[in-house]
Amino acid sequence: MKKSEITCPFSEARTNKGFGEMDDQNDPVTMLLRHKDVRKGAHDWKTFQSGATPGRIVIPSEVNIRTTRQIPFEVDPPQHKSFRDILDPWFKRPLEEEYQAKLTAQISVLVDEVLALDSVDVISEFALKLQSRALTLLLNTAYDKSDLWISWGTHVFRSEGEALDGDKAAILYDYIDAEIDKAIANPGADLYSVLLASEVDGKKLTKEEVKGVMILTFAGGRDTVINAVSNSLAYLADNPKSLERLREEPEIRNRAIEELIRYYAPLTQMGRVVTEDTTVCEHAIKADTRISLVWAAANRDEKVFENANEVVLDRKMNPHLSFGFGTHNCLGATHARAIMKVLVEVLTAKVQSMEIISAEENIEELGEFKRKVGFHALQMKFNKK
Amino acid sequence: MAKITFITSDNETITLEGTSGSVMALAVDNGVKGIDGDCGGVCSCATCHVHVLPEHVAKTGEASEIETDMLELDDNANEFSRLCCQLEISEALDGVVLRVAK
Repeated sequence: MKKSEITCPFSEARTNKGFGEMDDQNDPVTMLLRHKDVRKGAHDWKTFQSGATPGRIVIPSEVNIRTTRQIPFEVDPPQHKSFRDILDPWFKRPLEEEYQAKLTAQISVLVDEVLALDSVDVISEFALKLQSRALTLLLNTAYDKSDLWISWGTHVFRSEGEALDGDKAAILYDYIDAEIDKAIANPGADLYSVLLASEVDGKKLTKEEVKGVMILTFAGGRDTVINAVSNSLAYLADNPKSLERLREEPEIRNRAIEELIRYYAPLTQMGRVVTEDTTVCEHAIKADTRISLVWAAANRDEKVFENANEVVLDRKMNPHLSFGFGTHNCLGATHARAIMKVLVEVLTAKVQSMEIISAEENIEELGEFKRKVGFHALQMKFNKK
Repeated sequence: MAKITFITSDNETITLEGTSGSVMALAVDNGVKGIDGDCGGVCSCATCHVHVLPEHVAKTGEASEIETDMLELDDNANEFSRLCCQLEISEALDGVVLRVAK
């Protein structure tokens, strides 16, 4: 099996009963696996709530490591819309030419760096740097801020593997508190200042609300972008003709990016708290328990995707759920798509081929399921065009 | 060459001409308000939702099953809903009028 492949551990459960089960720190989760059920669950925000105890909809649960509500994703409608209305224009900035030009400059420098080396660990020396540097554009802050964020490693809530680390989370919270205080003292054109000056439903955002947005921006776009970038690089290395094809057929690049995002599903699942007794696939689910929307399982549903377990680089119909669905669809999706677009442009311009030297898989343990989500380490060699 | 008319939620009427590609791409390239086309046209984001004016439905034909499933969960959807990334520009579309859902 190629190192870049990710099999779907949910196939049997998805076909036979439609749901799975896992325990998460004594707060069990019923996992929705079918494309239709996941989409319906994501749409039905009244039955499947996001605005529960902060940290509870995340799996593994972060209830024990934070009390700050992450905004907008732990807020339900109608208030959710008020926050999205102020955040959406800011998070759509990656569509602007000037933004993409800066991103292209950053990624070009990074690709030149790795081309000059014998080999690199794509996780710590490429994807983490790329994500942290690109985040300075999303926040509109100084480039050198990324040095500190790179030093934090690939996950802001975990030291190694899956275990949540309260001390590590505290570093991020203290950092954000200090940055908010700086922005209060010296307002600028960065996201902190923009949020502090914004009003939602006629009221200025509180420091706690600003912090909630910033934690989400740091945590939500970190290992997800790292997984998307590194899995895609592994795919292009394993399938040399694909890079050649992207070079020669620029018109398929957008489809290829959406397909890589479908196949790799950088975030496996997201939870919700059930507000009333209900059923999924004839399975009873009690109020105040949790379900999860398993994007990764829905993305491999053979009822929707032909050859679901293959990367079809020019797949035309691709209703994948990697960025979620409905009300809470990913706020950072525009930024993530811009990163992937620029990455493909720079790679096709500068890189002839890539080789995987060694790989250490990152496997999530989800009750009866084990899913590879990416790599802890991925040593690769980049060859110049 | 097909003439395609969009009516935005502000009741602005924009008529554009195209020869190939999707109606979504035409709208995005010309900055039609309410058509975002986030996914670039692969039927994954539903940010290109339009209502075909009833008298023009024959020009666009019917939505595929995947498209219908996507629209089924949209609060604004009705029997005239389409995702315009799934409408390919051709002579057959000439004169069509689309009301932007968002």
